[in-house]
Amino acid sequence: MAESIKDKVAIIGMGCTKFGELWDKSATDLMVDAAYEAYEDAGIDPKDIGAAWVGNWQEVTGMAGLGLSGPLKLQYKPVTRVENMCATGTDALRNAAYAVAAGIYDIALAVGAEKLKDMGFAGLVSSAPGGTTGTGGVSTTAPGVFAMLATRYFDRYNLSPQEGKRMLAHISVKSHHNGALHPKAHFRREITIEEVMNAPIIAWPLGLLDCCGVSDGGAAAIVVRAADAKKFRPDPVYIKAIQMCVGPVEGQMRTDYDFTHVEETYRAGIAAYAEAGVKNPRKEIGMAEVHDCFSITEAIIMEDLQFSRRGKVREDIEGGFFDLHGGLPVQPDGGLKCFGHPVGASGLRMIYETYKQLQGKAGPRQIKNPKLGLTHNMGGPPPGCTVAVAILGL
Amino acid sequence: MIGITSYGAYIPYYRLSRQELSKVWGGFAIPGEKAVASYDEDPVTMAWEAANDCLGGADPKKIDGLFFATTSSPYKEKQCSAIIATALDMGDEIRTGDFGNSLRGGTIALASALDAVKAGTANNMMVTAADIRVPAPGGYDEGGYGDGAAALLVGASGVIAAIEGYYSISDEFTGEWRADGDTFVRAWEDRMALDEGYSAILPKAMSTLMSKHGLTAKDFSKAVFNPPIDIRRHGRVAMSLGFDAAQVQEPLFMTVGNTGTAMAIMMLVAALEEAKPGDKILFANYGNGADAFLIKVTDEITKTRIQQRRGIKAHLNSKRLLTNYATYLRWRNLVTVQRTRRPEIPFTSLAALKRSRKEVLGLYGKKCKRCGTPQYQPPFGVGGMAPTRICVVCQAKDEFEDYRFADKRGTLFTFSLDLLADVIDPPATSGFIDFEGGGRGWFELTDRDPDQLKVGMPVEMTFRKMYFDRGIHNYYWKARPVRC
Repeated sequence: MAESIKDKVAIIGMGCTKFGELWDKSATDLMVDAAYEAYEDAGIDPKDIGAAWVGNWQEVTGMAGLGLSGPLKLQYKPVTRVENMCATGTDALRNAAYAVAAGIYDIALAVGAEKLKDMGFAGLVSSAPGGTTGTGGVSTTAPGVFAMLATRYFDRYNLSPQEGKRMLAHISVKSHHNGALHPKAHFRREITIEEVMNAPIIAWPLGLLDCCGVSDGGAAAIVVRAADAKKFRPDPVYIKAIQMCVGPVEGQMRTDYDFTHVEETYRAGIAAYAEAGVKNPRKEIGMAEVHDCFSITEAIIMEDLQFSRRGKVREDIEGGFFDLHGGLPVQPDGGLKCFGHPVGASGLRMIYETYKQLQGKAGPRQIKNPKLGLTHNMGGPPPGCTVAVAILGL
Repeated sequence: MIGITSYGAYIPYYRLSRQELSKVWGGFAIPGEKAVASYDEDPVTMAWEAANDCLGGADPKKIDGLFFATTSSPYKEKQCSAIIATALDMGDEIRTGDFGNSLRGGTIALASALDAVKAGTANNMMVTAADIRVPAPGGYDEGGYGDGAAALLVGASGVIAAIEGYYSISDEFTGEWRADGDTFVRAWEDRMALDEGYSAILPKAMSTLMSKHGLTAKDFSKAVFNPPIDIRRHGRVAMSLGFDAAQVQEPLFMTVGNTGTAMAIMMLVAALEEAKPGDKILFANYGNGADAFLIKVTDEITKTRIQQRRGIKAHLNSKRLLTNYATYLRWRNLVTVQRTRRPEIPFTSLAALKRSRKEVLGLYGKKCKRCGTPQYQPPFGVGGMAPTRICVVCQAKDEFEDYRFADKRGTLFTFSLDLLADVIDPPATSGFIDFEGGGRGWFELTDRDPDQLKVGMPVEMTFRKMYFDRGIHNYYWKARPVRC
């Protein structure tokens, strides 16, 4: 009989680099800096690590587990490379958590890092491999793909372009307010509704300030079995749920996919709530870090995770429900919007913020007494994507 | 009776006013406008358009072959007629052939097709001609040349225009030419090139055919023949043969320009659009010699649904003006423009392309035999490779029949205008198309006005060139707002 991961595994140490255009840092630097901050936070020695999982999407330090064992000089340990698009970091943690829960290792390390700014591209690097059929697929970019959600959402709920853009602008303004308070964020500037609405268009209706940044960064977590956690620190953070939902990529082929929701997020949310025993997410979840690659993505995630009713997220966004001191703070660290999105690192960066908030160590961003924090990653286009949802608590 | 059983034509959506050229280069403004193929078109895709128009919904598998004539073939070694036939879904038990190197290629192909039908080796043949001759910027040719395509189906039953005789002259005369390695057409001094070439050889072929059949200019309702680049010479040839102005098929100079290999056949299509049963047409074409055809329109022309072809008339009326000469230069790859810094295109695997040829070139999907759902698994991207093995609705495995999407119209479910993507004609427009009869696919949108795109707008599929990379022209399908 399958069991839940709830309260079986605890995070005892985390690290996170500054995110940004880190011209002086290599992927090796990001992994070393994140891992050693986590070692120090957990109070362990590198040789205590039993096994490790490393997440990156575009490999830059070498493929396989060698991309982590080499930089960290891990001494002949099992190391696995994880790639699950934007859900990569959370999936690395999921594998590490399952390994300690199974009793195979006592201490496991999960690291995610990405060095996008070494690629030399405007926007996100394409993941298209060689050896294709030569159709080139469809010439577009991530903003182009996600703009199609906005086109359809505005159409379905009768929002004029101005109304729709204003709703989305609130999301970016809120995130920038939070990110300005985080010393590790890439973008630390408050912005206004007018700035967002008047920003240059990237993919209509999404403007520059509706899009998250392209950044470098790394983050790491150390997990142990829950029973051992207090030996390491008085305030470990427990994993209440980690669920993944990987779609059959049918939204691009089936006419019943509506482009106003993401089925994988909806289902991963339901599974995570069941695993964590959450009955009313809007009331019980104390904070959330979600995959705000674009403002419209965050809006739709709020509905898919059942924080807002279908078609009604605008009321919650414009009413301040997701603001730092609102009913359910979302992106207290500024989210992808302010941290940027070094793909393999983002999931662990979200968990880092949630870990700090639950421990009461979030400084000027501290949310009052959160009990449960949720993180959400979404990799791939809305018609077929890979989603990870984690719930953490004390 | 052997002759033409159907016709089709294609004129690109875009036109460039010749005023724009004189604004840039100065000098005398030639009146009218020229048809300009889009950046994603080439003679192969334009010939597909004309042949698809010519088919008019008929079963492509009932046609015994396809000939393709052009002087601007994308390949020197690789048969383009085979690409066109695959995109038309003609099957493989057919005869295909490319006719190159002469503006007379289309009518040489026509005569060959007629010979095949006459000999009984084919019941019917599709003859296509298309050209995108790139004129050197700044000269007269730039205004004179246009882009276009035409197609004729020839056979022995359902003949709308009987071909009662044909006659050819071969002449190695060099008046205009393009050598291996030349980008632009060269021409000898025009007095000699026209007096000794066009104005001598073409009327000789036409008059010889007339006298062989005991006919004079008065016996014809129309004389249809291609013009030279000096348009005035066209009328003079007609006069020298005794035709009056009303008999001469207008050479599309003001609206399209000289479309090279496609020109004469496009003019013939325009003539047939207006023709009545019993009309006699003298049809001729010049280029390293000349071909002449004696055509008699039959009663069949009023009985078929031939009037529903887009042909010349409907395509002429469906257009969008290019307001910017620089766009034209960019589309013709005549200037190097700064590119957005985006990743390079991944290399094409000819092995993968061969495996997915039916999906890529034929736009085939599958229909589930268990639940009846038409479905199109794209041959690219995340989420598997075409063809699909498992039904997207009921998950039945390998219980499919083939299902073609190329001939289905659809509606635009959602779309985006992407200014970040590195494309030749920004913004990058793509959208999800819901096909009539079921099935959805994600396609680029072409021949569109970005400001006019709307959720729910009707679209049709068109065969286009995606890009050229490492020696390979990559063709696939795009959706466009239903053109006309």
